[in-house]
Amino acid sequence: MKQITIDPITRLEGHGKIEILLDDNGRVENAFFQVPELRGFEKFCEGRPVEELPQIVTKICGVCPGCHHMASGKALDAVYGLTPPPTARKLRELFYMAHFVHSHIAHFYALAAPDFIVGPTAPPMERNLIGVIGKVGKEIVAEVIKQRRFAQEIQALLGGHQTHVVMNIPGGVRKGLTEQERDDIEKKARGFVDFAKFSLQLFENVVLGNKDYLDLITNGPYRLSLHSMGLVDEHNYVNFYDGKVRVVDTVGNEICKYEPKDYLDFIEEHVESWSYLKFPYLKQIGWKGLVEGQQSSLYMATPLSRLNVADGMATPLANVEYIKMFDTFGTKPVHFTMAMHWARLIELLYAAEHCLELARDPDITGTELRAPLGKIVGEGVGTVEAQRGTLTHHYFTDEKGITKKVNLIVGTTNNNGAICLSIKMAAMQLIQPGVEIDEGKLNLIEMAFRAYDPCFSCATHHLPGKMPMEVKVRDASGKIIQTIIRKDQ
Amino acid sequence: MSDSKEKAKLKLAVYWGAACGGCCVSVLDIHEKLFAVVEAADLVFWPIALDVKYQDVEGMPDKFIDITLFNGAIRNSENEHLARVLRQKSKILIAYGTCAHLGGIPGLANFFNKDLIFERLYDECESTVNPDKVRPMTEQHLEGLHLRLPEFYKDVYTLNDIVPVDYFMPGCPPQSERLVEVLEAVFSGAELPPTGSVIGANEKSQCEECERKKSDNKKIKQIFRSYEIEDDHETCFLEQGVICLGPATRSGCGTRCIKGNAPCRGCYGPPADVIDPGAKMMSAIATMIDSDDPDEIARIIEGFPDPAGTFYRFSLPASILRRTIL
Amino acid sequence: MSYQPTILAFLCNWCAYTGADLAGPSRMKYAANVRIVRVMCSGRIEPTFVLEAFREGADGVLICGCHPGDCHYQSGNYKCLRRYHLLKKYIAQMGIEEERLSLEWISASEGRQFATLVDKYTESIRALGPGKVFENAKIKVAHE
Repeated sequence: MKQITIDPITRLEGHGKIEILLDDNGRVENAFFQVPELRGFEKFCEGRPVEELPQIVTKICGVCPGCHHMASGKALDAVYGLTPPPTARKLRELFYMAHFVHSHIAHFYALAAPDFIVGPTAPPMERNLIGVIGKVGKEIVAEVIKQRRFAQEIQALLGGHQTHVVMNIPGGVRKGLTEQERDDIEKKARGFVDFAKFSLQLFENVVLGNKDYLDLITNGPYRLSLHSMGLVDEHNYVNFYDGKVRVVDTVGNEICKYEPKDYLDFIEEHVESWSYLKFPYLKQIGWKGLVEGQQSSLYMATPLSRLNVADGMATPLANVEYIKMFDTFGTKPVHFTMAMHWARLIELLYAAEHCLELARDPDITGTELRAPLGKIVGEGVGTVEAQRGTLTHHYFTDEKGITKKVNLIVGTTNNNGAICLSIKMAAMQLIQPGVEIDEGKLNLIEMAFRAYDPCFSCATHHLPGKMPMEVKVRDASGKIIQTIIRKDQ
Repeated sequence: MSDSKEKAKLKLAVYWGAACGGCCVSVLDIHEKLFAVVEAADLVFWPIALDVKYQDVEGMPDKFIDITLFNGAIRNSENEHLARVLRQKSKILIAYGTCAHLGGIPGLANFFNKDLIFERLYDECESTVNPDKVRPMTEQHLEGLHLRLPEFYKDVYTLNDIVPVDYFMPGCPPQSERLVEVLEAVFSGAELPPTGSVIGANEKSQCEECERKKSDNKKIKQIFRSYEIEDDHETCFLEQGVICLGPATRSGCGTRCIKGNAPCRGCYGPPADVIDPGAKMMSAIATMIDSDDPDEIARIIEGFPDPAGTFYRFSLPASILRRTIL
Repeated sequence: MSYQPTILAFLCNWCAYTGADLAGPSRMKYAANVRIVRVMCSGRIEPTFVLEAFREGADGVLICGCHPGDCHYQSGNYKCLRRYHLLKKYIAQMGIEEERLSLEWISASEGRQFATLVDKYTESIRALGPGKVFENAKIKVAHE
């Protein structure tokens, strides 16, 4: 028996590590994915005035703070029994679409592109954005940086603080738009649409047009069959900001569709002693452990899951791409993990188109920014789609609006079980007895993890430099018996 | 940025403790300037961006890294371990961002303790089902594997509580333009300020840069929560009766929250020579209360719930009292 | 030996300190647990002083100033009063019993009242037991 440790997981947001157990024949017997971090938002928000929460919960994640801010704002609306007026709601959505634009662009070019465009087992020194430049040209990278910068500027305009946004109050927003600002956003949004179209074309040419990559997507060790979850609007189209939560099973039949405020009737969370992160699962099936398939209670909430549960995209260009993707695979739902990258780009196009729609909406420069205050309800649920999954904030307050309890189910948390399975399966299929475990293989295992993470992490600027990796192989007593070092050249 | 072709490239590391990733984002938010950074420096450790693992850093010679930007608070044993390793391996260690500087938002956990946090998360949370009261374990043997998790400490600490820090760059996160100024100074070989200085921030308080209209008359008969007023978007928040920590907070962020029409919550930390900004704000707010009658004073203060969580939103671990007594 | 509370008392120069100074030469006995710090006005007391006192190990903090209307500087004692109210709310949130902080008005002629106050206050702090801030504020990592 030998144990391989990969610590820390890299090229994504957050802390994580992988432990792999090899039997005496060198076959993978078991693998664990552990989350070693915890801060305790669900406790230390207690005692805070509830209207302060939208600005505290953004610090859960500095990569998708806008998602927490939106879920929190919606929970606040419910706590105070308020419905934001049309201008306020549209301003929130406009911010949110820009937030998706910057995040999805950055994730694709920083995380996906090196593995696909340069190659999954290419030398590590090339497997970064500089290698991507070599393949697609420097102008593209400069364009990526520029588009991301524009999206950040829109967020700063609407939300004050461009990362830890401050815009939401109960029943509305703090700041409106002038006509000049609106015009500037419209120009930028047009650029987003063009860039999204270009990115999809790039994916088609470089990834789908490459037989080896297509093979990796469909026949590699990255297929996980689990239920899918996402928010849908009244037409069952993908919606990031609002709607009902829909869950479909591994063959596409609807398991449930519910109002976000009723989530406790449908979702429970399991605790394991080897991870700080909890494991959400479908309540009606009950905890069945870390297993895949129709009988599992685990589900996935990713860009691919969102497209799986929906009947289409709400904007025309994105909908064309949606149909194209499912036609290509010839099946729905799609369970190829790598297809998450494709789904992400389709979502990018939707976010860009919707951003443009909202920028052109006559209400967007309206002056009614908030609903008048009424009597406090004292409890509220706010759910949105974060880039990495369905995000729920649930607040309880006293009659003065002081927070008494907070429950959160965060985007990535939904996928905890699925990620464990993906890593285990990748390790089991990729590590073969008698075959050297080289650094390319290690990266292929990490790719199973990376596909889930839409957090824009290393963003646009994946830098050249040393990428050594050292893996220590231990025997059952913990003694190091082999050290595999992946050096860059 | 200066032409650094003839100079050896500086080695730069960015690492996170109990963090949200926002400080790493702030590094990327220097946008096009990042190309110049890449020319002048080699990044040698940055988990969000590079595949360098802990073993690699532990194997580096001492003082191998020229500058480390350490963001995030010290919450667990892994954070502490990396703080010590990076102190050893770095010539210059910068506490980057509010969490490393003052404890930050994770520092709010100092209102509670580990047992209360674990109880809430793993037993009480509405969607959590855990009848056997399973808790994460720092070490166990399971299914043939030796599994470990970092130990969750009883308190949150700042970086400077654990290791000596050379410089502090405040902000949640630091405003990217300030980072560019600091990097440009470093790359140009300019003389660095004395060890222990706050860099990348201005000397004076937020009020100096705030564009809202201010008068000398800051007397209030009532304290309002920020959503309780119709903010006129022009007048000083304090004069409208809304608590704003601007007077006791360093400037340098460009008053970004105030530009979004939200009052300052103090992430840039205290101005020079102030030990405890929350205590200073208490004085300032008390001075503003327009009453000499104990009952009326008590009534006015009633309108201000959570002074501890407001005055020490970002700085509880660095405050004089450091944590609640439970 | 039973626990002897340590109390830090901030007395304003013009009234409270003078009143305390009256107690001495008049040979009025009062508990020796109080360490006196003289300030020109109770309006000089800032929350930092009180918090640092607790941090350094004070079990109780007593502030004495001029009666309302008698402040040598007109309104310093009112400023102190407002800070005191806010400080009480803060320390209550921090788990410090609010009785550990007290504000009393003592005039220059109230030597006996001062002595009585000190005795009474010392006993109330003794009843509360030692303050916990000193221990809590220490930095201890690992293995709690």
